[in-house]
Amino acid sequence: MANSSTGIASPPAASVLRAPLRGGSRPRGAVARRKTLTAYLFLAPFLVIFLVFVVFPAVYGLWISLHVWNPLLDNHPFVGLQNFFDLFTPGSLTFGDFWESMGATGIFVVASVPFLLAIPLLIAVLLNRKIKGGTIFRGIFFAPYVLGVAVVSVLWRYLLDPQLGVVNAVLGLLGLPSDIPWTVDVPWAWISLVGITVWWTLGLNTVILLAGLKGISADLYEAASLDGANAWRQFTNVTLPGLRPVMTFVVTVTLLASANMFGQSFLITQGGPGTETRTAIMYIANQGLVQNQMGAATAMSYVLFAILAAVSVLNFRLQRDNTK
Amino acid sequence: MSALTADRAARVDRPTRRRRRAPNVLTYVALFLISFIIVVPLLWMLLTSFKTDYDAISSPASPLPNPFTTEAYTTLAEGNLPILRWLANSVIAATGQTLIIMITASAAAYALARLEFRGKKIVFGAIVATLLVPGVIFLIPNYLIVDNLGWLDTLWAIIVPGSAGAFGVFFLRQFFISLPGEIEEAARIDGAGDFRIFWQIILPLSRPALATLAVLSFLTNWNDFIWPIYVLLSPENLTLQPGLSVLQGTYSTHFGIVMAGAVIASVPVLILFTLAQKQIVESVASSGVKG
Repeated sequence: MANSSTGIASPPAASVLRAPLRGGSRPRGAVARRKTLTAYLFLAPFLVIFLVFVVFPAVYGLWISLHVWNPLLDNHPFVGLQNFFDLFTPGSLTFGDFWESMGATGIFVVASVPFLLAIPLLIAVLLNRKIKGGTIFRGIFFAPYVLGVAVVSVLWRYLLDPQLGVVNAVLGLLGLPSDIPWTVDVPWAWISLVGITVWWTLGLNTVILLAGLKGISADLYEAASLDGANAWRQFTNVTLPGLRPVMTFVVTVTLLASANMFGQSFLITQGGPGTETRTAIMYIANQGLVQNQMGAATAMSYVLFAILAAVSVLNFRLQRDNTK
Repeated sequence: MSALTADRAARVDRPTRRRRRAPNVLTYVALFLISFIIVVPLLWMLLTSFKTDYDAISSPASPLPNPFTTEAYTTLAEGNLPILRWLANSVIAATGQTLIIMITASAAAYALARLEFRGKKIVFGAIVATLLVPGVIFLIPNYLIVDNLGWLDTLWAIIVPGSAGAFGVFFLRQFFISLPGEIEEAARIDGAGDFRIFWQIILPLSRPALATLAVLSFLTNWNDFIWPIYVLLSPENLTLQPGLSVLQGTYSTHFGIVMAGAVIASVPVLILFTLAQKQIVESVASSGVKG
């Protein structure tokens, strides 16, 4: 949740109130030193935890990635960038599995993100109409998101069980095929993972997009309708451009969330059939914390990070260029 | 948040003839259909938890338990897997982490929002930058750090590292900055120090933001999955989320029991959500709206 609720909007008055309260001059001399000391006393409790569990591990991870690091052995031989080279050398121990898992993550991102954007957008447009019970609908749509990935996954693992599950039973009652291998064969496993993820998180993007829709000025719609634009033209020419800044945020957060998919595969398909739905995070966690290949695993996590950062930057560029 | 409210207020004065399209029957049909798709699986989970093993997998499945039984819950309570212990662990961990976040993040946010000091930009920049780093980067190094601290397989591992998240500081700083400065100034003239201003003025004025952060922090910790499944090892030390994974492995076809576990893990957060729906939804909604 923290990951997806980042970037809270800054209130418009922020810059005005940000000025120091007394006089607005820069602190100088002994007074300034005392002020700085006070500030760091306030910051200290957070900074201690932050340095130990965020700043240090980020650097420590890079250090680990330069070694063959088995936590059960005392000796961790330094190997330089070998772990990174291995990831780009076909035929190395990690090459095949790592890129297979990256491919699985890629499939999930490509298959899930369009639905995670389109369906919440549609729902947000519906909720933005003058309807009764809007808050109740909004609450219902958001509810699955407050459940953890574990609850959602064990629930759907049961509902989608190929032999015993309710979904296949209902399909059978409707005269449809009742032996769909939802969790044990591709492409069904992907369809299930995407569908479950949409079911679980659609409320999140819906409420963010709804807030964006409410921010679009009514005058624009009025002007468009005076020009004779029909509902669809209004949607493409007013709604979508008006949503652009919010959309950029939602696309970025959704891309990152999908690229970090772990729990659904872990609990529903166990990465199967074979290792086809084993995502990058699943492979990295397994290599590092189960197979004790911590050097290789941290190297992988940095490669994944670099790729995600590149994709995010590209996404920002594209969205910005579209605005021009 | 306030940008949103202002916007909403502004719209009230304006004629909204064209702004919000009048709903037709199809709108309601669609909304009810989606609600149905959301609610039915959750209801099914609840109903299945009151079924016998046989009833849970019988076909054609009947929605209502027949017979109605609390067998799954008694099996869980009396079985080898200490689910009540997991529940307690989850409550302790989520509450503990929330408390740490409230204290550390509010103090840090006060300094960043209200005090002038050397290095402010660097500290704030470093905190914000980590918002963008994916969690997997910290997974293995933090595992080793927690191991070195002797926290592996203890609740400390679930409570402390996660409270270092930048979100709380960022969130509260935004709120503190938006508070008017007059009361604070008056207090300063009366000789109040920074700590008194923080404790007696800023914090009381920030109750809504603090409550929202508390709820979000609790939910985040409660629902975390990847970290606890690797750092908690012995059955009695688990929290509910890794516990569900164990339940699913142990009772793979005893769906009534697995669903009872899922219900136990869901009820506290669903109650919290019902009570704080407005705050949760609005704080999330405003996350995408930028000035």
